[in-house]
Amino acid sequence: MARFVGGVGTSHVPSIGAAIDHGKTQEPYWKPLFDGVQAARDWMDEVKPDVVIVVYNDHASRFGLDVTPTFAIGVADEFPPHDEGYGPRPVPTCLGDPALAWHLIESLVLNDEIDVTMVGEMSVDHGLTVPLSLLFGQPQQWPCRVIPLCVNVIQYPQPTALRCFKLGQALRRAIDSYGPDIKVAVLGTGGMSHQLQGERAGLINAPYDNQWLDDMVRDPLSLTRIGHTELLREAGSEGLEIIMWLIMRGAMSETVRLIHRFYHVPASNTAYGLLVLEDT
Amino acid sequence: MMNATNARDYRQIPGTYVFDGAHCQKGYALNMFCKSLDLERNRAAFRADSPGYLKNFKLSDEQRNAVLDRDWLAMLRLGGNIYYTFKLAIFDGLTMQHVGAAMSANGMSVDDFREMMMSGGRPINGNRSVEEWSHG
Repeated sequence: MARFVGGVGTSHVPSIGAAIDHGKTQEPYWKPLFDGVQAARDWMDEVKPDVVIVVYNDHASRFGLDVTPTFAIGVADEFPPHDEGYGPRPVPTCLGDPALAWHLIESLVLNDEIDVTMVGEMSVDHGLTVPLSLLFGQPQQWPCRVIPLCVNVIQYPQPTALRCFKLGQALRRAIDSYGPDIKVAVLGTGGMSHQLQGERAGLINAPYDNQWLDDMVRDPLSLTRIGHTELLREAGSEGLEIIMWLIMRGAMSETVRLIHRFYHVPASNTAYGLLVLEDT
Repeated sequence: MMNATNARDYRQIPGTYVFDGAHCQKGYALNMFCKSLDLERNRAAFRADSPGYLKNFKLSDEQRNAVLDRDWLAMLRLGGNIYYTFKLAIFDGLTMQHVGAAMSANGMSVDDFREMMMSGGRPINGNRSVEEWSHG
């Protein structure tokens, strides 16, 4: 049977990807961040998942305003990096796992009545590729298969924090019921506090972020009760992305073991946060 | 349970344009113009003749002027979404920090904006409600 090996929460700031792609990780601006991420890389290298399910959001790349799926799972054989205006990032095309992806969808829809959008062709933007680069560096081929789980966090109304957590719980039931003997990790990405738009651009709220990091570990249910207005106000209009971490946390046991925690400001206009968790 | 009308209390957050249904409706053509810049042939057409290219989209006069003037804040107010309008900034070779500085309430330079980020970002205290802003 498939085995869940752990969860990672990480921001997916595009400039982190650019720093990796352009060999700037040892420059003074970036070095503290990459030093703080190393323990997560070591953990990944140790657990060696066969598949990572990456919970992320698309930034007007694959999806435009013509259709906005709330939750979408990629069922393709492969997912190429999207050209976000600078040419596609020089990263490998992700190889998918269609058999597992379809199993997840059947389990979510038929057993848990969570109706997800099925996507047969999908390019993936920095929201998905930056976490992979952070955790795996610059290999010729990603060391595991990738299933994109794309969440709408741009168009209001976004799914609630509670809905994200429940999706995570259902996702775990789906993973646990998969026959093949593979190891699966879940990455929740996005956040932490940042606001890219408007007169309040540049907002960072470190106390709020650190409270989130605390509660992700020991009291995630308290986070599921937070409404969108609080998130928009306290974490910033784009910081609301942090609800995607709750999908990862929902997939985990009630109590978890903290493997690694790191927080750093700034990464461009954003607060960077990282958690590595295992079931107890 | 939260109801949708009460939930609009997000409008009390200062300097923040929440991309809700009404906003999406207002900015649909503007954002889809920005989205069209994903393709090199469209970027070339826009570069060659910006006003002519914009005629392909049902923009209001205000939206058209905001695009041509690169008035980033006006684009947001007219229904723009930052992930879409940022495609226009990428077209211009600008970073998110250029755009962040240009949108800032207090008319910041890019260097000021970078410096603010290096010092921990724009603080949350004093920036939670329009009321705090109106009291200066």
